[in-house]
Amino acid sequence: MSENPQVPLLDVKNLKTYFYTEDGVVRAVDGIDLHVYPGEIVGLVGESGCGKSVTSLSIMRLISTPGRIDAGEIFFDGIDLMTLSESEMRNIRGNSISMIFQQPQTSLNPMFTAGDQIAEVLRIHERIENKDSWSAAVDLLRLVGIPDPERRAKSYPHELSGGQAQRVMIAIALALSPQLLIADEPTTALDVTIQAQILDLLRGLQEKFRTAIILITHDLGVIAEMAQRVAVMYAGKIVEKANVMPLFNQALHPYTQGLIGSIPVLGKIKDRLEVIPGSVPNLINLPQGCRFAARCRARLEFKLEICSSQEPDLIEIIPDHLIRCWLYQNIAGHQAPLASSTK
Amino acid sequence: MTLSINNGTERKDLVQVNNLVTYFPVRSGILQRTVAWVQAVDNVSFTIRQGETLGLVGESGCGKTTVGRSILRLVEPTSGSVIFDGSNVIALQRKELKKLRREMQIIFQDPYASLDPRVPIGASVMEGLNIHKIGSQQERNELMIQTLRKVGLEDYHARRYPHEFSGGQRQRIGIARALALRPKFIICDEPVSALDVSIQSQVLNILKDLQADFNLTYLFIAHNLSVVEHISDRVAVMYLGKIVELTTRDTLFKMPLHPYTQALLSAIPIADPSLKRKRTILKGDVPSPLHPPSGCRFHPRCPIAQPNCSIDEPQLREIRPGHQVACHYAEGFLK
Repeated sequence: MSENPQVPLLDVKNLKTYFYTEDGVVRAVDGIDLHVYPGEIVGLVGESGCGKSVTSLSIMRLISTPGRIDAGEIFFDGIDLMTLSESEMRNIRGNSISMIFQQPQTSLNPMFTAGDQIAEVLRIHERIENKDSWSAAVDLLRLVGIPDPERRAKSYPHELSGGQAQRVMIAIALALSPQLLIADEPTTALDVTIQAQILDLLRGLQEKFRTAIILITHDLGVIAEMAQRVAVMYAGKIVEKANVMPLFNQALHPYTQGLIGSIPVLGKIKDRLEVIPGSVPNLINLPQGCRFAARCRARLEFKLEICSSQEPDLIEIIPDHLIRCWLYQNIAGHQAPLASSTK
Repeated sequence: MTLSINNGTERKDLVQVNNLVTYFPVRSGILQRTVAWVQAVDNVSFTIRQGETLGLVGESGCGKTTVGRSILRLVEPTSGSVIFDGSNVIALQRKELKKLRREMQIIFQDPYASLDPRVPIGASVMEGLNIHKIGSQQERNELMIQTLRKVGLEDYHARRYPHEFSGGQRQRIGIARALALRPKFIICDEPVSALDVSIQSQVLNILKDLQADFNLTYLFIAHNLSVVEHISDRVAVMYLGKIVELTTRDTLFKMPLHPYTQALLSAIPIADPSLKRKRTILKGDVPSPLHPPSGCRFHPRCPIAQPNCSIDEPQLREIRPGHQVACHYAEGFLK
């Protein structure tokens, strides 16, 4: 985005991750541009199957067959991760970028105690002694708000509640003070009161250590409370990118508008919820043109024919607000709203 | 037992749940002796009026699903009574219960798991009609097709199998199955929580439309308070097997009097970044219903707990007309 003096910590350019299945090529991530500045929280929002998780796994280079990163550059701190060897990449994971997942219980090894699993990370990456790594692990558990950390460090994953297991995951992720944390639906499996605890913890850690966070979620409420900038994904593409305020107050893409209109918001009772007709397209046989066209009301309203034949680009319509939609572009027979600032 | 609610209309109680208790035994050892009881539902009472939606909210393990299943006797309650349209469901014999079940149906959370993959959905929707021997084959078929149309599906869908449908469509099939018998009362157990947000709204709108069309009464069980606020007329909040607060939707969301409800409401992330709220973040986790805390079950996490809270159990009592709260100090929140 324009005129930011900072250099992005992470700069993903034209990332394409495809899965080569028996049924055909699944274009899960199809040309994503995303950047993250040091210390900020960027939200990545979309429904299931839109490619948000595959984007994060691609950044970590954790895509395995039949998947493949087919194109793109992933600059982290100036280095293109795509050019690194597997052992160099292993050094980046954990040290510089780490990740937490939706199901904390299944991400932890059931055979080892919470303390062991944190200490292991420290022993492998930092080469510190057994005894020191254990006390460092206990300190980390204290940092993430586990009560009675000395005792809890000796607990096995099945002895932990969902919220505690997610705290342990966060402790492992933060053990090596990474500059970037990718949180993939970190609170989706948790109850709301526990979710509030974890979000509060993440926010506190981000403020304290200036860790940048990519927060992946389907929950617009979580995005509104946590993120500074937001990218909305649909069927493998980013369709809208903006700062969090304009995204909620002035969503421009018909999909984002539909998404915001379709959720019940606490305290704002609507008689009926908006509906986005139909469902997400099959990523193997993607329609020609805009991927949202078949479900789009605006296309019908403005009688735009181009939508079903040609795909629009992601364009900065107003400063720091990017949209992938023909509606905001001047094309034959259509005067775009906000056109004065169209580039 | 009738109270006047919104717009002053008097409606009769369709479902009365009185002192419902459902415990599950924990068995252990070679003899499989019962060593403990999970107190899933512990002395719960409420009524649901004809044509209204009662929301039942709470976090996982609070017993909300068990309440729903106990009402239908899909699990056998330990004690208490459930009066449905004048007869006590708990005391009924099998045959009478079967008759009554025509009137009471349930929609489950997971539309993937609740449909038989080998049965075309038309037959699935018709299953209840066959069991209850309603009309001729032809009439059943017509009723099935009508029901599919009612939930926004097409006639040709009847011959298709569950795997050919998306999650939202499968939940419509689940609704059609419940609706086919034209029941009076439907328990919706987390009907939208497995669905994507854009699909959620489709299903919620259908549920509202059907309620208006068929004068249905809903018990809507969910953990998502925004969804519950959207659909309910009155709301009951559960914590560890007990109802802690029960009142009209507007009152509950504008003026909650139980500290748990207050914390629950403040914990929900709201999709409006301009809103800055004061958060009450509860400490700790929900205790196990195997060993619930003494006195008020919420006292270990309660921000306003007093010494007597760990000894005296607060009863659900009416603090203001139509507003029941189970807290010794709820009056302190009345302004």
